[in-house]
Amino acid sequence: MPDITDKARDEFFSEAQEIIETLSRNLLSLDAAQKAGKEDPSLINEAFRAVHTLKGLAGLFGAIRLGAFSHRLEDLLDDLRLGRLDLRPEVLDVLFATVDAYGRILQIEKDGRDDDLPSVDDLFRRLDRLGANVERGASPVGDYELDPGMLAVLTEYEEHRLRANIEQNLKLYRLRVQFDLSTIDKALDDMKERAKQHGEIITYLPTGEATGADAIELDLLLASRDDLATLIGSLGADNVVIEESPRRRRSVAPSASPQRGSVLGGSSPRAVDGFDRLADANALEAGPSLRSLTQTVRVDIRKLDHLMNIVGELSIVRSSLSRIAERLRGEGSRQLATELMRLHRNFDRRLGEMQDGILEVRMVPLGQVFDRLARVVRQISRDLGKEIRLVITGAETEIDKLIVEELSDPLMHMIRNAIDHGIESAERRAEVGKPLAGTIALNAFQKGNHVMLEVEDDGRGIDEVALVEKAVQSGKIGRHEASELVRDEVLALIFVPGLSTREQVDDLSGRGVGMDIVKTNINKLGGVIDVHSDTGIGTKMAITLPITLAIVSALLVRAHDQVFAIPLSTVSEALSFDPRSVRKVESREVITVRGSSLPICDLGKLLGLPVPLEDRRRRFVVVAALGNRRLGLVVDHLYGQEDIVIKPLGPSLSRVRGFAGATELGDQRVGLVLDSGAVIEEVLSGVEAPRERLSVLHG
Amino acid sequence: MRRVLLVEDSASTRAFVRTALASSPALGELEVVEAASGFDALRLLPRGPWDLVITDINMPDINGLEVISFIKKSEAHRDTPILIISTASSERDRERGLTLGASGYLVKPFTAQALVEQALEQLGSVPASGAHA
Repeated sequence: MPDITDKARDEFFSEAQEIIETLSRNLLSLDAAQKAGKEDPSLINEAFRAVHTLKGLAGLFGAIRLGAFSHRLEDLLDDLRLGRLDLRPEVLDVLFATVDAYGRILQIEKDGRDDDLPSVDDLFRRLDRLGANVERGASPVGDYELDPGMLAVLTEYEEHRLRANIEQNLKLYRLRVQFDLSTIDKALDDMKERAKQHGEIITYLPTGEATGADAIELDLLLASRDDLATLIGSLGADNVVIEESPRRRRSVAPSASPQRGSVLGGSSPRAVDGFDRLADANALEAGPSLRSLTQTVRVDIRKLDHLMNIVGELSIVRSSLSRIAERLRGEGSRQLATELMRLHRNFDRRLGEMQDGILEVRMVPLGQVFDRLARVVRQISRDLGKEIRLVITGAETEIDKLIVEELSDPLMHMIRNAIDHGIESAERRAEVGKPLAGTIALNAFQKGNHVMLEVEDDGRGIDEVALVEKAVQSGKIGRHEASELVRDEVLALIFVPGLSTREQVDDLSGRGVGMDIVKTNINKLGGVIDVHSDTGIGTKMAITLPITLAIVSALLVRAHDQVFAIPLSTVSEALSFDPRSVRKVESREVITVRGSSLPICDLGKLLGLPVPLEDRRRRFVVVAALGNRRLGLVVDHLYGQEDIVIKPLGPSLSRVRGFAGATELGDQRVGLVLDSGAVIEEVLSGVEAPRERLSVLHG
Repeated sequence: MRRVLLVEDSASTRAFVRTALASSPALGELEVVEAASGFDALRLLPRGPWDLVITDINMPDINGLEVISFIKKSEAHRDTPILIISTASSERDRERGLTLGASGYLVKPFTAQALVEQALEQLGSVPASGAHA
């Protein structure tokens, strides 16, 4: 027996993960279809297939618990898809619970642990109970007069669907369709989409009739209420022949040859023009490569990080090249310098392309995390007995894979909060004239170099009076201080550790994760949260995140003899600094920029750096902005813009706030990268400059 | 070199089969071409000849039975041995496959060794060197 290599095992886990996510999506669609009173048997079959595949995989890779669980679940889904069990709400609940159970089981299998999982055991029992009274074994479709060639290739499920359709008195049609092999996926999808309007496609059967090397003929068995003329009108084409199939019981005499319904009266079906041209032009050479039909590879994100680090190092080489060229020019080797500059430009361009390419690979749609959240919403709304309508926009918005991974917990918590604290009870909503179902909107969109994520509810809004009272009582702020808070500061209190407007800690929101943790996690990703609330109308949390963490354009500045990099995505502008224009407002230094006041702070002083001896008459203000907050950082010199790869500070410094990491500068020096979000927070929240915490840097 | 068409929608199962087949000296050098769906199989089939087709049954749209039926109807490929790989629960589907003309089956999960044995049975051991230049 060959070794199942680590690579194959990794592949197994990531495929299993994907299948579970597909399962989750299927269940959500199923739930939605159910609520809309629509039935889509293919959804249950897809869920069945997902679990079926998982079971097979688990067996191959020796994942015993995953296999046992999938086996039990497969039985249930088999009963459902074959109509032996009804999809009642409690069945759907159990199905949803399996997604989380899968997550736990998979983790255990991955870590090679053997922990007890009481919640999974409990789920096993629930699955057993549901399956207990199901009668298995149903009558075959042999009773019906159907093309035996077609019957022979039906799987058990397809046979069941056929029977179900016949029992509902639907007519059966055979669509004989010719496809070009190179375009069959799209052509068939189109066909499926159109056929779905009329009924259910039960099976696809290649007829095996020779139609040329690049074409294939398929028989589609379609069950429909519509009559032949309607179908021909809607689905007919040159390459489609539709016939009605007899579907009487065997006892009845077989009917004469089926009614033919070729559309344009053409005798033999032929490929449509588009197909012909394509086939002629490309013939065999353009056919897909034999070896790689699967066009995707899965890559560990660390490998991409590694590539990105190499790009970072290459950009240092690039800077050196340009410096050497300058020196050569200075020393009079003009021609050599020009050549080197040309080389440098070319290198620069290609390096840029490479960097963009790597970044693009890291991007994944936010929809991945939204799917998980949709499940959470469903679960919570059932637990709390609150009906929730989840509206998602911008699921296709792309963001760095690493950020997506870190987003799901904070978002989940925000949504929990919104449903638990925000959305009122149905009775209360009725009283104030709101729709009974609460709405949670999850919006994502790109805004420049940032992705905006909003979690919005149409609930009662934040009770500001209660929030302030709680903050005072718990000693977080003084009574006098409280009276002077402006609105934004009041709302920001929800991020103070230990402040929750609810008295009792409940199962849902009180799991030891507060909004303070949410905020910390978002800040770690280089993002910020803003809160908006309208009493009686709703609450909106807006998260601003960078698109990627891998590489950033930064403004290099000098403050008190130290070079710092400020991520350009957080810089709105840089101005000349005029010390005479500084005013003091509420113990805070501000300047006026185009009519509005801007709080400022001396970066070197903030970081407690020694004041340099050099002449500093000409200084600058870099305006850092995140969300709706702005802060002017006074610096001594602007070097200009550079793309930098941010490297972590290492374990001993990782807890220092205010810095996102370090970066190598072109001249072998290291510069610290400012975490603008954290700096803005520190300064604007009025917390004393984080001097002690930062002193380690120059101690 | 002998050529195997592997029809299976799970990537890790394909990887497993490929590794297993590559590990057996008795099978000699094999070219394993992977089809990730029934469609891919239909597309790849004309690019034969094939010495063996290994197919899953439960796949979306074009299922394994349809693949088998198609192969058996095709002049060029009807003699190619077909090995079904499916789970225990699809017993009925498997029987249908055998009725349609598949030459053998393996129940998932199977060991690499069982797969190699079946493949050997269908393909015969590696031809004497020189026979396939």
